[in-house]
Amino acid sequence: MSEKVLQPGTTISLDLEKIMERTGKGKIKIKAKNKSRYALQALMVTLLGLTVVAFATFDYQNIDFAEAVQATLQNIQTVFLEPELTRDTLTSVLYQLLVTFCLGILSTIIGAFFAFFCSLLCARNIASSRMVNGIKSFIAVVRAVPTVLWVLIFAVSAGLGSVAAVVGLTFHSFAYLTKAYAESIEEIEPGIIEALKANGASYWQIVFQAIVPSTITSMVAWTFMRFEINFTNAVAMGAAAGAGGIGFNLFMAGSFYFDLQEMGMLTYIVVIAVVLLEMVSTRIKAYVK
Amino acid sequence: MIFCGASLVTQFHLAEGIQSFPAALHWIFSNLIPDETAMERLPKILDKLVETALLSVAVTVLAGICAFFFSLLGSGITKIHWSINRLVRIVAAFFRNVPDVVWAMLLMFSFGQNILTGFFALFFTTFGLLTRAFIETIDEVSSNCVEALEATGGRFIHVVFQGILPSSLPSVITWVLYMIETNIRSSTLIGILTATGIGYLFDLYYKRLDFSSASLVVLSIVVLVLVIEGVSNKIRKVIL
Repeated sequence: MSEKVLQPGTTISLDLEKIMERTGKGKIKIKAKNKSRYALQALMVTLLGLTVVAFATFDYQNIDFAEAVQATLQNIQTVFLEPELTRDTLTSVLYQLLVTFCLGILSTIIGAFFAFFCSLLCARNIASSRMVNGIKSFIAVVRAVPTVLWVLIFAVSAGLGSVAAVVGLTFHSFAYLTKAYAESIEEIEPGIIEALKANGASYWQIVFQAIVPSTITSMVAWTFMRFEINFTNAVAMGAAAGAGGIGFNLFMAGSFYFDLQEMGMLTYIVVIAVVLLEMVSTRIKAYVK
Repeated sequence: MIFCGASLVTQFHLAEGIQSFPAALHWIFSNLIPDETAMERLPKILDKLVETALLSVAVTVLAGICAFFFSLLGSGITKIHWSINRLVRIVAAFFRNVPDVVWAMLLMFSFGQNILTGFFALFFTTFGLLTRAFIETIDEVSSNCVEALEATGGRFIHVVFQGILPSSLPSVITWVLYMIETNIRSSTLIGILTATGIGYLFDLYYKRLDFSSASLVVLSIVVLVLVIEGVSNKIRKVIL
């Protein structure tokens, strides 16, 4: 590489007109032309266009919009302003909340366990690239199937209930956590692994002496974040796939008894639980950092 | 210990879970193969699939636009009164944390089996989530340029459209793309609950024990999600 060294005292002539670009009207251009800018604009136009197409092609079934909105507002008012437990006792509802909570815990723990080993196989710095690509595409397919479909698929062989729910929820958390863990493993400083290798450490020694200690904090943070998601998912699974827990109570109140007040109370309980979890999670993240 | 306690409460048996695994896999490979009757239903499934994809795009774009302006009120950078900041954050948390299942059932009463039920249910949760994400993005990305613009006498509108919007746009778009993908998955769930869209189609075939058609629905969703994921990864590489 030959670089020009400026001698002290030389003046550099900067002809601004040569550098600046002007528009047709003679104004100085202040925005750089580049690919990403065009891509961004094209993307926004496409998205907006698709939205318009979507609204134009929806089958609205001649619904009376104003009336429906009014009814909705009234229902929202009943649900959120007059919550009351009319069917269940508070203890039984709290017990169901505990069940949902445990569904979340189980699927997170099992998912994290498998994800840990799988992520060792798909982190670029410790696995072969063919293995990485293979596993990553497998993970992408697992992730693409909605959780509720996993639960329903497993419900056929295991029967509706906690087993199907946990296995189904586990699938998604497994795929999600594998991706997250692999990313944090890839962020390890290469020197650490190299040093252990140079000392003749075996594969498992590298895993437990280098990888685990340096990624444990971010893994804990990711796992807890997944637990939050699993909790909300478990509520949804209770409602949509009969997996038990407070979601099922919600479903019964909403779709069978049309009991809006009960639905309101159950919603509040779920919301409070989620907010508490979120607070704990922020604490953990702050502590970990 | 937590594991054992949780197993006890939910009556989950690890052995049973593991046992069900080979059976389920066997079942998946023997029953979940689309056959000829399923292929006949393909046009109908594709029709619903397109509807679902359009729905999730429309929901996310609309919720994104609303959430962006709403998050301006919630961000500390725009220097609007702190009580409004607080209020915006609480409202966003409310929409985010009320499960979409609840919204779906609530809207079911008034909208019935209509596509708008799914639309609003997804809209509320997406709106809450994106508002929170955008507030964080705006706070993170644009403090320097807002300061610069204000120092040179930029007014609120200048600050928003020349400062905050351009600097946060790439991550805003990333969030929107991510939410489109997520919403396709959630709309399946809501579809099962409210009997609309692709979720309803799956539920219908599933309950008729017509598993080969149901599997075609699953496969089509997988393909759609993978395509969207691939496209958004490409876009992300270009814009970031």
